[in-house]
Formats: sequence, C-alpha cells, structure tokens
Amino acid sequence: MAQILIRFLIGGTVVTLFAILGDLFKPKSFAGLFGAAPSVALATLSLTIATEGPSYASVEARSMIAGAIAFLAYASCCSWSLMRLPYKALRVTIWAMPLWFVVAFGLWYAWLRST
Amino acid sequence: MRIKIDTSALRETSSYHYAIRFLFGGCITAAAGMIAKQWGPVVGGLFLAFPAIFPASATLVEKHEKQKKEKIGAHGTVRGRKAAGVDAAGSTFGSLGLILFGLIVWWLIPYHRPVWVLPVATSVWLIVAVLAWYIHEML
Repeated sequence: MAQILIRFLIGGTVVTLFAILGDLFKPKSFAGLFGAAPSVALATLSLTIATEGPSYASVEARSMIAGAIAFLAYASCCSWSLMRLPYKALRVTIWAMPLWFVVAFGLWYAWLRST
Repeated sequence: MRIKIDTSALRETSSYHYAIRFLFGGCITAAAGMIAKQWGPVVGGLFLAFPAIFPASATLVEKHEKQKKEKIGAHGTVRGRKAAGVDAAGSTFGSLGLILFGLIVWWLIPYHRPVWVLPVATSVWLIVAVLAWYIHEML
C-alpha cells in the first residue's frame, strides 16, 4: 500500500511538472510536445529500478515502445479529428482512447506476447 | 515560427486543473505498477506511454482559446477546437521522442547506471521531439 501511495505521489508530481512546462511554451504546436513527455515512464522506471532491478525495468521499457507507437496513433487521430470534425475536445479525446488500447495490445499480441 | 515562453498561461490555469493532472498522473503511475505486479512487466510497460492527462490538457487548451476569443467579442468554439488539434499535433512529435526514449532505456539500462541512462533518454526524447516539430514547421 505504501508503495502504491509513493508511486501516486511521485507520478502526480512529475506529470504536473511536465504539464506546467507545456503551459509555459508558445506556439501551441510546440507546447503540445510536452503532452507526450515521458513523465509516467520516468516516475515508474525510477521506482522499478530501485525495487525490481534494471533487467525488469528494461522489459518494461521495451513494452513502452509499443505504448508510445499507440500514443502516436492516438494523438494523430485526435489532431485530425479536432481539425476536421465538429466535436468538443473532451469527446474526441475520450472516443479515440480505444485506439490506444487496440494499437498497444495489437503490438503486444504480435511482438511482445511470446517474449 | 519562434518559440516563446509565456508565463500568463500559468495564471489562466486554475489550481483545480493542476489537481486534475496530478490525480490522473498519480493514478496511471500507481496503476502501471499494479498492472506490472499482476500481469508482469511486459503488459505493465505498455502503460508507461498511456495518454493519461491528454483529454484534460486538450480540454484546457480548448477552453483557454475559446475564452480568449470571447473576451474580444468573437465566437471561439471553432478556434478553441482547432487550438486543441494543433496541441495534439505537437503531441505526435512528442510521441516520436517517446519511442526513442523507450528504445534507449531498453538497450542501455541493463549495462549502465540508471542515474545516467534516464537523463540521456529524456534528453533524446526532447531532441527528437523538437527536431520533428522543427522539420514539420519548415515544410
């Protein structure tokens, strides 16, 4: 329980710091880079290395590549939809969320499952 | 296009919005740890690149841009949505850097000290993301 709380606090702090950095920059397209900052990864990997060791963290980092490819597909879909469709940002970003799961778990199935 | 630092955006963002980001960021970090414990690091690792705060950030960008337009008497709905779209386009460049971040940690962490690997991977993320953004702006 204590470790979950530590993860929550460190993760929340790192994510908020990157979000503040993103808020500081202009133009918007540049600020958007920080929306895909490795904030959750930095918080998680630091704790994982300390508790489970570098080999375990390495396996997580390899899977993260699949998650990042899914993020690329998700962000592209959101950007395209927001530029062309008459729906609010919250609706588009929530509706597109299954795409992240499909791509991430599709890559897990095709590439990572058997390793 | 020139990159500028504008601190006024920090004043426009309420503590409620920062609290939401903190909550989502904390939850997904805690969840990634629990998923890895339950189903192993191969599944847990996927969530290190989960777009946890993306909907909250996009909504905030849309709201700020809409309010700015409405202050000068214009209708800002379309402008707000497009600003969120531009912000999301920026995140696609960030996610290219995120792929390289994962690759570097995967390759280097078993052989080198984490205190070097994580800053190097973060620097590569930033360089790749900025470079991709810059190339896109040039085209």
